Amino acid sequence: MKRVNQERALTILSPVAALIVWQLASNAGLVNQRYVPSPLSIAVAGWDLALSGELAQHIGASLRRLVVGFVLGAVPGVFIGMVMGLNRWVRAALDPLVAALYPIPKIALLPLLMLVFGLGDGSKVVVVAMSVLFLTIINITVGVLQLDKIYFDVARNYGTPWPKLFRRVILPGALPTILAGLRISLGVSLVVLVGAEFVASQSGIGYLIWSSWQTLMVEQMFVGIIVITILGVLSTLFLHECERLLVPWRRD
Amino acid sequence: MIKIAIDKLAKSFGDDDRRTVALHDFDLSIDDGEFVCIVGPSGCGKTTVLRIVAGLETPTSGTVTIAPGSATGHPQNAMVFQEHGLFPWMTVVDNVAYSLEMRGIGKRERREQVMPFLEKIGLSRFHKHYPRDLSGGMRQRVSLARAFVADPEILLMDEPFAALDAQNKLILQEELLRIWEGSAKTVLFITHGIDEAIALGDRIVVMTAQPGRIKEIVPIDFPRPRSVAELRADPRFGALELSIWRMLEDEVRTARRQEEAAS
Repeated sequence: MKRVNQERALTILSPVAALIVWQLASNAGLVNQRYVPSPLSIAVAGWDLALSGELAQHIGASLRRLVVGFVLGAVPGVFIGMVMGLNRWVRAALDPLVAALYPIPKIALLPLLMLVFGLGDGSKVVVVAMSVLFLTIINITVGVLQLDKIYFDVARNYGTPWPKLFRRVILPGALPTILAGLRISLGVSLVVLVGAEFVASQSGIGYLIWSSWQTLMVEQMFVGIIVITILGVLSTLFLHECERLLVPWRRD
Repeated sequence: MIKIAIDKLAKSFGDDDRRTVALHDFDLSIDDGEFVCIVGPSGCGKTTVLRIVAGLETPTSGTVTIAPGSATGHPQNAMVFQEHGLFPWMTVVDNVAYSLEMRGIGKRERREQVMPFLEKIGLSRFHKHYPRDLSGGMRQRVSLARAFVADPEILLMDEPFAALDAQNKLILQEELLRIWEGSAKTVLFITHGIDEAIALGDRIVVMTAQPGRIKEIVPIDFPRPRSVAELRADPRFGALELSIWRMLEDEVRTARRQEEAAS
């Protein structure tokens, strides 16, 4: 076998081996099944949840909140960040606001948001949007400010009009930072969403994990943890793919 | 005919209490089609002269007058930067065609205009590459191509070959002369290298340490077309190099003292 193939085989084999060890340890009674159920029993629980349609419902609810909240936070965040990066007056005006609001743990605002937006999806969507918004603003501002001055010199020297300056120089120049910032924002929004669903929801993966804990259905709880992990991995992969398509000049 | 008339140019940076005078009483007239090199110690303001002529900076006082050219629709000047002047997100062909894109010329026509030029400098195979995939020498060749494709009346070059190794530098110098000779473009070329200035220029402007003024102007009357490699073997070349170094030596020492005092 070629070395690359050997490495690839190992990356698949090692988690499988870990699962087998876990299962064997469970069977031998080395792991307390009340806290850590065996992989097989988790799989069975997951299968049951999937068959009943409950799992799809929870995933759907979480995904909807995640996507809507993320877009509601990221789109204005990219826009405000761009303007702040490009215009020193706007930057001077908004910097103190952003600096003051960014460090507030947004989950702390959830009760307040529930007062304003009600107990439904609204409050969860807004709490995700808020945590994404400030992170995105800061990342994009930095991304634009970090653009090498020489690109602006070249653009000016060749008489670049404003719309083209934005489309051909500023946007592509800041794109790597924008995408890296969005990746971080996505991770944060998952954390905030699960937190919000723990305490204030009747659906979603966070609710599944929390309600399973309350009824001591540990297998279901693990199903929820694994599903949210997979969701995190998939969304990161998705953004990586976007990066590959949108930033081809950075490809290694 | 005078193409660029620089009159009593001065530039200072910073606030009133910490003012740095970069340039002082700088007068220079450059003829149409002339190749002028500026040498001077680091921090003498030679890049500032270039940036003011390019319109990227405004002088504190003094004027730069550029005689209008006959052709319309072409940029008055194009600048070749030290390095990193290419847009990393554009392919070679897009970088070279940048000026055409800014003039609103369509994609197909841009390509048709640029490809023969890439052929001429041996880069047509790389037209779809991004700058990061090219060597330093190739990148500066692309920068040169971008400026020549813009077809400006004046070429402004800010130490374009400074980051290259000796052999690549020689090749690029030869190439620059080959494309320039017969193009009738006026060139203002900034360099640290005395040998580079002698090999390329019609005249060499030697600058003083900060605040930058003109110390001396040396005419170089080697016939054209020139071969840089052969020129270097000419005994007059060595003599010129030595005499220009003598002019520059004191200024370089002064500049070094200034730097030490500042740090």
